[in-house]
Amino acid sequence: MEKRKRTNALKDDDENEDNIWWLVVQRGLAPSLISISLFALLVRVAVSLHPYSGAGKPPKYGDFEAQRHWMEITVNLPASEWYRNSTANDLSYWGLDYPPLTAYQSYIHGLFLRNFLPDSVSLQTSHGHESYLGKLLMRWTVLSSDVLMFFPAVFYFIIVYYCSGSHSGRKSDWAWHVAMILLNPCLILIDHGHFQYNCISLGLTIGAVAAILSDKDLLACFLFSLALNHKQMSAYFAPAFFSYLLGKCLRRQNPLLEVLKLGFVGIGTFSIIWWPYLQSVDAFLQVLSRLAPFERGIYEDYVANFWCTSSVLIKWKRLFTIPCLKLLSLGATVSASLPSMVQQIWAPSKQGFLYGLLNSSLSFYLFSYQVHEKSILLPLLPASFLAIDEPFLFKWMMHYALLSIFPLMCRDELILPYISLSALFILLYHAPGGRKEKRDALSPSNLKSFVVVFLVLCSLALHVVYLVVSPPEKYPFLFEAMIMLLCFSQFLFIAGYTNIKQWMTLKDSALENKEKKYL
Amino acid sequence: MTPTKTQISNAATKPNPKSGHLAWYAAVATCIKLLLIPSYHSTDFEVHRHWLALTHSLPLSHWYSDHTSQWTLDYPPFFAHFERFLSLFARLLLDPTILHLHDGLDNSSPSLIVFHRLTVILADSVLVYGIHRLGKKLGSRERNLMWVLVVWNPGLLIVDHMHFQYNGFLLGLLLLSLSWLEDGKDLMGGFAFAVLLCFKHLFAVAAPVYFVYLLRHYCRGGLVRGFGRLVIMGTVVVAVFVAAYGPFVYYGQIQQVLGRMFPFGRGLCHAYWAPNFWVFYILLDKGLAFVLLKLGFIIQAPTASFTGGLVGDSSPFAVLPTVTPLITFVLVLLSLVPCLVKAWRDPQPRMITRWVAYAYTCGFLFGWHVHEKASLHFVIPLAIVAIQSMEDASHYFLLSIVSCYSLFPLLFEAQEYPIKVLLLLLHSSLMWLGFSSHFSQMAANPRALGQKKGGKLGLKGSSGIVLHNEEFVIGWIGKSYLLGLLVVETWGQSLYPVLFGDRLPFLPLMIVSMYCALGMIYSWIWQLRKIIIKQ
Repeated sequence: MEKRKRTNALKDDDENEDNIWWLVVQRGLAPSLISISLFALLVRVAVSLHPYSGAGKPPKYGDFEAQRHWMEITVNLPASEWYRNSTANDLSYWGLDYPPLTAYQSYIHGLFLRNFLPDSVSLQTSHGHESYLGKLLMRWTVLSSDVLMFFPAVFYFIIVYYCSGSHSGRKSDWAWHVAMILLNPCLILIDHGHFQYNCISLGLTIGAVAAILSDKDLLACFLFSLALNHKQMSAYFAPAFFSYLLGKCLRRQNPLLEVLKLGFVGIGTFSIIWWPYLQSVDAFLQVLSRLAPFERGIYEDYVANFWCTSSVLIKWKRLFTIPCLKLLSLGATVSASLPSMVQQIWAPSKQGFLYGLLNSSLSFYLFSYQVHEKSILLPLLPASFLAIDEPFLFKWMMHYALLSIFPLMCRDELILPYISLSALFILLYHAPGGRKEKRDALSPSNLKSFVVVFLVLCSLALHVVYLVVSPPEKYPFLFEAMIMLLCFSQFLFIAGYTNIKQWMTLKDSALENKEKKYL
Repeated sequence: MTPTKTQISNAATKPNPKSGHLAWYAAVATCIKLLLIPSYHSTDFEVHRHWLALTHSLPLSHWYSDHTSQWTLDYPPFFAHFERFLSLFARLLLDPTILHLHDGLDNSSPSLIVFHRLTVILADSVLVYGIHRLGKKLGSRERNLMWVLVVWNPGLLIVDHMHFQYNGFLLGLLLLSLSWLEDGKDLMGGFAFAVLLCFKHLFAVAAPVYFVYLLRHYCRGGLVRGFGRLVIMGTVVVAVFVAAYGPFVYYGQIQQVLGRMFPFGRGLCHAYWAPNFWVFYILLDKGLAFVLLKLGFIIQAPTASFTGGLVGDSSPFAVLPTVTPLITFVLVLLSLVPCLVKAWRDPQPRMITRWVAYAYTCGFLFGWHVHEKASLHFVIPLAIVAIQSMEDASHYFLLSIVSCYSLFPLLFEAQEYPIKVLLLLLHSSLMWLGFSSHFSQMAANPRALGQKKGGKLGLKGSSGIVLHNEEFVIGWIGKSYLLGLLVVETWGQSLYPVLFGDRLPFLPLMIVSMYCALGMIYSWIWQLRKIIIKQ
């Protein structure tokens, strides 16, 4: 009821003749969530018509084959054999290298596939299985994971975010925000085009964030542990969770007890998930070694992070040994995420936590060991949480995130959905009347707009050049390197900006406190 | 920034409340259409490819006499010219074998698919322009609602952008014609309709309505003036037809052209029965034959079957008299009579869309060899009527769901199943949201209603109806009917294969068309009633 009163005051805005969202938001929360999700789902299904990574490219195929192979392994072998090299499980052929929760998920999806198409998951003989029904069933497993994990988590986040009182937005604002999170083009392209299950780990992370925002710290701890156990890349967010929860515990009456409670939940969750591998030290270490493939080098392909970009000048791979590089990247990552951690431990706040998520994931993306271009999805997620406060930042980051995965999309023959989803994102972002034009610090003023237009033109030109022009023979990866350079510079700039913004939340809250005192 | 970006952001900041968002709706729809490019396409894809090759490689005089493919040209000349126009671009952009009459047969290379789909997407701009013209005089809310109903119509997406046809383009011409008629520009309206007829002759069902309306509305004002106007209109229409058919008369091909355009040998019903009146006629025949057989009468089993698609000369009916094209023609004309009488007595521009839609409904229900796709011919124009009152809205809600559902059998492959279901669900939820918020708002705010009405085209007379209904409701009959759709779908998709296996594979389709035919007949009666009682 309270919510209705508040929204009534803002109703006039929603009924503005020019507002395109009026249609969706008039009848309350549930119907609008349903129609936006139906649209988001339609887009996902439509993208899934397109080819997946490695379609028809023997002998290794691509991520699609990797996921299918894991289903084959998990369905046919006992859990203890999943991470162990054997005649039935050749680890050099797409060996399982994600934590056990991914393996369990593969097992469930494998059962689904075996029920309808046993050939697609038969041991050994199904390698490189490609068929109409096989593709369809695999696509449906991603779709169902998305619907079951990502969508509910987003709803939870939106409800918490807009009902907690910190954001008394217009109804069309949150409709816009839901659309922004659900129709993230990078996520859709990688999950439903390229083929991965990021929706699960990201969904769990969103759930954890929403739990933090609603002060359910133990639930957050549980959900984030699940996310970590689905993809170890979720650790990009770990500094933010750790520092916020630690900072909060320190302010309680009994800090030690609070920390113990959280630790108990975390360790409990981990031990349940790792149960089959806790029988012996050997089995445990076997799994652990699979999760950290340091021998693959500090970077792969062309990813817009520090190591790859600077390798144009400094040949890291040649100059340093792997252990040395490990230490270097660890040091760089920690020092990059340190300011944001310190801020959260010192003065934990919910808004600061969201910025902290962005900062820590960006510093991991930029400086950590073995980063994929797909990992840009992780920093994009907190950026989409902040979309309502930092719309321009979000758009800017999405633009360069899309550019950074463009070479990958070209390899996967997903240019058509790439173009169409980018256009759809821009259209939804600028949906007439969707969002009040707030003047935030990053939105272009007249002075800055020249730079903005120049950079956008650069990136558009790079798209075209990459597609049309064949690179000089001496530098076959010239255009990839240029794309990478441009994206890295932008990401670095964003990281700097958001770190400053996070520290500024401190000032804002201090001001608010002062005002309260005077009142 | 990209042009789209700046364009859209400009539109967003423009203070003028009349500024439309049609471009936005159309652009979003285009994104979805682009995504649907690799989806299933029917044999119509090859039909249109063949026509590209045919018109490109043969001279005009041979267009309608060629036998290279079984997909002979059976659309009127303007459509053939349209294909010829497209083939010019195809020659520039694509591998030339595609345009080869023999070597190109059954070619569906990826580049051709993209090209072909893009032509459909671009041709849809005619629809967008038509709906833009129709929205000019409406209030902002009504306009937005109408645009959502037409530009995001799931039926058009299914038929044009998956199954493959150019209905958006053709319906765009129809809407253009209607928009001119509503504006009182009868000559332009008549001209556009004549052009449309030369693109696709199936639209001729509404010709009697056009004829009566134009005769009474355009050719009024005394004998001399009226006759003068009749001559003007006649000249325009004849000129259009001469432009289309003249060359074929010159080459002595006109017999051939007409023979191709009206293939009556194709039988009463299409392979999948369109949900119309004849479904019940066939079922009645089967039922009677069954009962009479049980009673001991000797019934000769019909030699032709309905499920085979092409039906020869023999009667497919066991008991009831056989149906000839002439009978269907007379039936359609008869059902049109009430509407023609109305149009004769009181030709009002604000009623013309309703009448034309009604004419297509009659053609759909009683016509010869009707395709299920033809339901779009009246569902799209009715979207314009739907926003006028609560009653219209609830009728449209039901009708468009039924029409979209009746198109489901077009996409029979598993890959497109979630897409068609999601399209229908999204459309229904948007319709429900749009209608219910629009009408509840009007009821809650009668002052605003009055203001809005003022800007609307000749709706002052009907505003009373709106005021009586407070909320957008679908009666319990409607609700249970829609629930029945769900039952029919789950029955056909999951229960039927389990219970019957592979036996009687056409039975689920038959049930779908029978169930949808109920809704269609309801819609026909509703429209008829509305036309008769409306002053």
